[in-house]
Amino acid sequence: MPFTSSDIGRIAKLARLALTEPQRTCMLEQLHGFFDIVEQMNAVDTTGIEPLAHPTAVIDQVSLRLRPDQVSESNQREVNQQSAPAVERGLFLVPRVIE
Amino acid sequence: MKELHQLGVAELAAAIANKKTSAVEAAQLLLARARQHQALGAYLAFNEDATLAQARAADVRIAAGERGPLLGVALAHKDIFVTTDFPTTAGSKMLAGYQSPFNATVVQRLTDAGAVTLGKLSCDEFAMGGSNENSAFGAVLNPWDASRVPGGSSGGSAAAVAARLVPAATGTDTGGSIRQPASFTGITGIKPTYGRCSRYGLVAFASSLDQAGPMARSAADCAALLSAMAGPDIDRDATSLDHPAENYSAALLTPREGTSATQPLKGLRIGLPAEFFGAGCTPDVLAAVRGALTEYEKLGATLVDISLPRTELSIPVYYVIAPAEASSNLSRFDGVKFGHRAAQYNDLADMYQKTRSEGFGPEVQRRIMIGTFVLSHGYYDAYYLQAQKIRRLIAQDFQQAFTQCDVIAGPVAPTVAWKIGEKSDDPLANYLADIYTLSTSLAGLPGMSVPAGFGAGAMPVGLQLVGNYFKEGELLHTAHAFQLATDWHTRAPQGFWQ
Repeated sequence: MPFTSSDIGRIAKLARLALTEPQRTCMLEQLHGFFDIVEQMNAVDTTGIEPLAHPTAVIDQVSLRLRPDQVSESNQREVNQQSAPAVERGLFLVPRVIE
Repeated sequence: MKELHQLGVAELAAAIANKKTSAVEAAQLLLARARQHQALGAYLAFNEDATLAQARAADVRIAAGERGPLLGVALAHKDIFVTTDFPTTAGSKMLAGYQSPFNATVVQRLTDAGAVTLGKLSCDEFAMGGSNENSAFGAVLNPWDASRVPGGSSGGSAAAVAARLVPAATGTDTGGSIRQPASFTGITGIKPTYGRCSRYGLVAFASSLDQAGPMARSAADCAALLSAMAGPDIDRDATSLDHPAENYSAALLTPREGTSATQPLKGLRIGLPAEFFGAGCTPDVLAAVRGALTEYEKLGATLVDISLPRTELSIPVYYVIAPAEASSNLSRFDGVKFGHRAAQYNDLADMYQKTRSEGFGPEVQRRIMIGTFVLSHGYYDAYYLQAQKIRRLIAQDFQQAFTQCDVIAGPVAPTVAWKIGEKSDDPLANYLADIYTLSTSLAGLPGMSVPAGFGAGAMPVGLQLVGNYFKEGELLHTAHAFQLATDWHTRAPQGFWQ
């Protein structure tokens, strides 16, 4: 089992989650049980096996498409910002980052 | 004459086309019925004005002589599809009140076909869960027994269709989220081949697994919806497959070669994976599934023993890949561009953390943690990459199996619907209950749940049918033949037929 109590803090920080101490304890316990099952994967020999990202690539070649780099949508600033928590003069407001 | 709410998709379309009712009348009646049964918790949002405007537009098209399999038919959408006429929450506090500037492609295609949207249906938060208890807006009750879960994550869709609140609904399936709730509520649902339906406008959970599909009371009704939903969306979904849409309703009616009226499935080889029929499955579920297979033999199919040797491994593989993709997809929820923002914070980093901890529920936070960990430096190869490699082996196992059979059959889930609260404190128990649906999702294959009888507590049991890539037509045909010979799919939960 790779997960330790200090990992929980490190991962929560990476994931931008603020966990309380009881939440950390509970999560550690739950993840312990989970990673016991995940460890089953170690026993599988995957030498020479390519990872599968798009499932149908197992039968057919799936290539990522590119589309022409051209404007396809009109400017919809107002509707796009209607669900934003804080907007002023068409700009998203965030806490001050640079003093 | 049946009452309006008792009609399926095809019956309602015919009643509207023949002027026995109108799209407006049907929408009004079903909206009233949905409100009357709000205690089920299936619906999250209505917009009566928008619904009736859509219904009036359908009636105008019908008056002008237009006909179509979905014209005027009332539907409802899982609240994971974004819609302009209704708020979209994905079952999360994070998106409470979110108003999308556009419609999901699947929603737009159904609307263009003349379907009338009644409202949005509850789901597990960001489609993460198998009981609908992970919704930030309350649990959904199973209409067959209000003390039990309806399954998930498309639990609102399943409950609404089973309770005759709506003839059909959309769902999404990432690891079983259409098939398992369909099984738990005695309805029919199909998850198509990955990439068959556009993911544009589907709030992303795990992008290499998410797939939309219909949930209805019969395979025939699913076929009508899927014909409108599927097809390429090349410019808007990078993983949408460039494979033309099909008329699945026609596929239902096309007889298989060399068959007869009494043996419509003669020559069909149904593969039974040994791993799906072991001790992990409860006897009541196995009995119902075996009963359905006996019926299939009467219809001319032959049963073949097969093996999917990595079935158990599909649990860790799925629960590494799906949270990895989720942790990446959900990083967009930062309290800036849309959604919840914490009221009090010190600086930007503090705002991110408080916003996300307040906005996401416990299961979503757990999966973000798992995903962030398996993608983090030093662990990526051992977990994420290893899971993606085993994923290929699992997909290859299916291709090997399909050399011996045409369709694979087995249970959808090891048990019938469990009691509300029974597993809510035990995430691992929930993950293990997904054992029969995960491998199909990892392989990206089409899968269905077809009502096959009843098990413990007189709760519905679904038969899972899995086909090879793009064989949705064959799957629906196989399910339809069964439904012509049986009446499990016509059963309604007590108190919800009238």
